[in-house]
This record gives sequence, structure tokens and C-alpha cells, in this order.
Amino acid sequence: MTKSSCRKERLVTSLIWLCVLLISAVFFWIFGEILWNGGSKLTFDFLTLAPKQAGRGGGIGPILISTLWIVGVAMAVSIPLGVGAAILLSEFKSSENIFILLIRRSLDVLAGVPSIVFGLFGNAFFCKTLGLGFSILSGGLTLACMVLPILIRSTEEGFRSVPEDYHLSAAALGLSRISTLWNLLLPAAVPGLIVGIVLGVGRAMAETAALIFTSGYVDRMPTSFLDSGRSLSIHIFDLSMNVSGGDPNAYRSAFVLMLILVLINALASFTANYFFKRRIITV
Amino acid sequence: MNITTDSAYPWSPLEKRPACCEPKSFLEIKNLSLSYKGEKAFEGVNLDLYQGCITALVGPSGCGKTSFLTALNRLTDLISGCKLSGSIKLAGEDIQASSVDILALRRRVGMIFQKPNPFPLSIRKNILFPLREHGTTDKSEANAILERVLQQVGLWDEVKDRLRAPALSLSGGQQQRLCIARALALKPEVLLMDEPCSALDPISGGIVEDLITSLRGKYTILIVTHNLAQARRIADYTGLFWVRNHVGQLIEYGTVKEIFESPKEELTRAYIQGMRG
Repeated sequence: MTKSSCRKERLVTSLIWLCVLLISAVFFWIFGEILWNGGSKLTFDFLTLAPKQAGRGGGIGPILISTLWIVGVAMAVSIPLGVGAAILLSEFKSSENIFILLIRRSLDVLAGVPSIVFGLFGNAFFCKTLGLGFSILSGGLTLACMVLPILIRSTEEGFRSVPEDYHLSAAALGLSRISTLWNLLLPAAVPGLIVGIVLGVGRAMAETAALIFTSGYVDRMPTSFLDSGRSLSIHIFDLSMNVSGGDPNAYRSAFVLMLILVLINALASFTANYFFKRRIITV
Repeated sequence: MNITTDSAYPWSPLEKRPACCEPKSFLEIKNLSLSYKGEKAFEGVNLDLYQGCITALVGPSGCGKTSFLTALNRLTDLISGCKLSGSIKLAGEDIQASSVDILALRRRVGMIFQKPNPFPLSIRKNILFPLREHGTTDKSEANAILERVLQQVGLWDEVKDRLRAPALSLSGGQQQRLCIARALALKPEVLLMDEPCSALDPISGGIVEDLITSLRGKYTILIVTHNLAQARRIADYTGLFWVRNHVGQLIEYGTVKEIFESPKEELTRAYIQGMRG
């Protein structure tokens, strides 16, 4: 190696390291700031009490419940729809079927649509046209629309990762398509589905703009799916932007949100592992 | 033995082996042609598979042997743009008729692939799952079949203590024998084998080959192989596929003795002697 190429290599290596450092630094900065300002003052009461004085005091009990319900509605609607669509998409190649090609393009476009647009759509369609009003149901359904493209794509990847061999050997044994799907393809696609669910729940949890217009602002404890409910991310947004003196509780809520996301991630990778082992190794 | 005298590739005389059966035709193939999106893979194949015999198809790569095999259990249905013409009769019944139950057909005509492809399930589930799908729901009956087929392929003593272990933890040769057991569990009449030993090491390949020989007389077997010596060792009948005008054709078909010792075609003679292909 000549001197100049050696120097070039060193330069590129240090540049790459610099990028890695910068990215991790940003993450640790955010995480550290939230931990410093929110984590140290977190108490159990904060998780259970209702907010007082527009959130300056009290806790986030009803807000956690509303968030759970909204995300629950979103996932309950999007998982069955997403898996169904993923099965259809994975059975066809887009080069062969114009309908499939159209679906796939639409999903790509949908995945890139800003969340505020979903919010306006949800407001017009679920709140007004369907008459659901500002409610947990409207919010959840709007989030379902947002999450679907991610969910479908990653589940489809899961189905596609199943080797062609399994299709062939199953067919050669005279197994029906349904039983091949149920016994071989679906279990193999579970890890992909779980990745999709994690990404989807993450996106739904962190969503603010789409919910302002659909599930509303009310910080009371919800009593039905038709009640308005405030999600955690809207609470954080409200405390930090509209409520003077709300910052300490905004930090605390942000810490709780991050904690939940980390927990969901850990749980998901654990479940994916479990499913993988159970279906593929012992049965 | 004129072959051995002028051959660069001398064969020892063919061993005498027990006659497999009365030469009774079980699978009759007439004028079979197959094309993928208008491009012909093979054409005009006429061939009778005799009941209980092992028939080997030999020939260079890409001459349509594997395509021919997949036509016989209608796996070609899965490939879009694939067109089959001619007739295939299994025990006198046309398998291309629209009334044919394709799942039942594939149960009667089992297939073993080049690469062992057990399902990512446990060893026992690999055999029990297809059985259950084909209606064997009684547990003790299914377990009896499990033991019988694993013994038949010589795998029982090796795996009886770890039937719940993943099938993919087995060695390549064991996986291939498991796949054969999986096919046998469905009580097929015909077994199609696409180079079942070529992805295995020589010792495992030898074990699988012995296993195939042991199936003679019980199943009608069609095996595709690149290994001429193997065809000569195990087959009763041999067919040579070759590409002519970019289309695969069956050049010559006969008993192993005819093909290896007195071939009618010059091409067969050259191929057998290792001068072509």
C-alpha cells in the first residue's frame, strides 16, 4: 500500500467513526437530559394520579389509560388487516399483477404521508362522516391507517423470508395451500410480524399531530371508547408548549414514554425469540 | 463386453441383480412436451415406468430431466406460464384430467429433492404433520407409521431418543433420509427423486443410495442422476436425455444392460464411455 492510499484509508475510517460518535452522542444527549430532568423525580403516584392545574401538578394516570386504549384500538384493527394484506402481497409478484403493483405503490406513498394529513383525514372521516366525534375510537382508527403500511411491509418481508423450498416440498407432499400457510408460513413470518408491531406501536405511541384532531385533548379518565382521551405524547406537547411551569411534568411524562417504548422493544424481541424457538425448534 | 475393450472408461461387468418385477407398465408417458412461457424445455418424450422398478434418467445439465420429473406430479402447475402437452397415465388414469384431485395425486406420486428440505419443525412433526393433513388423525396409528418409516430409512436407531429435536439439527444425509421417510409415510406408489445424493458427502450419499435400492419392488422409482455409475449400480431401466436443437429429448431408453452394454444410439455410446457430456 502506498503512503497516500494508507492516509486516505485512515481518513475514511476516522470519518466513519466520527459519524457513529455523532449519532450516539445525539441519542445519549436526549436520553441523558430526559433521565436527568424526569427520571430522578419520578414517583409511583405520578403514574396513577389524575393531572391537576392543567398538568402542572398531579400525575398522568388517565393519560396512560387513554394512550393504552388508543394504541390498543389501533393495533386491534391493523394487525388482522395487515396480516391479511401481507399474505395476499407475498403470494403475488408485482411484476405479474397490476392490482398488486397498485397496492404496493399506494402503501409506499401512505408510509410517507405526514401524520398531520392523517389527522385531518381522521377528523373528516371518522369524527365527522362516521359521527364518532373526538374519541378514542376515532384516534385509534386514524392511527391504524398510519401504522398499516409499516405493518404490512414488515409482515410481508417475514413471509418472503420463508425459503421457496418449503412451498415446493409442501406442495409435493400434497399439502393444501391453507395448511401450508397456517403451519409453515405463518409461524415463519411471526418474527417479521412482531418487528412490524413494535415499529407500529412505537409510531402510534409517539404520534401527536394525528391525534390532536381525532382523539382530542381531554385529560379526564376515559369511560368508553367514544370518550375523548389525551395521549401521552399530546400531554407532553401540551405541557411544554401551552402550560407555563409545565416543564418538570413534561420531562417526567417523556421519561415514562421512553421507558414504555424500551419495554415494548424488549418484550417484542423476547416474544419473537420465543415464537421462533417454539415453532421451529421443538413443537 | 465390447464397451470395455475400446473405452477410456472401463466398466466392470454388470452385477446380476434380482429381477424387480414383471415388466408391467405403471406410469405411461406419451408424447410429453413442456414449455415455459413459449420456450420448450423438452418435447416428444415417450416413456413407460415399470411397476416396482428403479428407472434412472441420465444426461447433461439443462436438458429437461428435472422439468420432466416435476410434470409427473403436476408440480408444474405452480409455475406460471408453464404449458404441458401429451398424456401421462398413472395406473391407467389420466393425471392431467381436470377431475383429478391434485393433492391426492401428489400423495400417490411422492418427490424427493436434490437439497434435503425438511420443514423447520421437529423430527417427528416432519412426518406427523403431512400425515395429519392427509387424514391420519389417530395418534397411535400415526406413531406406528412414524416408527415404521423411520426404521425403513434406517433412521430410527439414530433419532429415536430425540424425536422432538429440530429436523434441521440432523446431518445432510440424515435430513435426506428423513425427507424420504416423510414421503414414504404417505404410502406413495411412485417416488420421483431429483438427484437425491448429489448434495451429500460420499458416505451419506452411499447410505441414501442403499436405501433407494432397498425400496426396489415396493415402489415405482424414477431417479434423475448425474452419476452414471450410480445409475448403473441401482437402476433397472435407464433413459438418456440430451439437448437437440435447444430442446431436451429422450434419446434412448432401455434396460440398464441395453443402455450400458449395447446402446443403439451413437450419442448414448459416447456419453456412457465418458466421451461426451
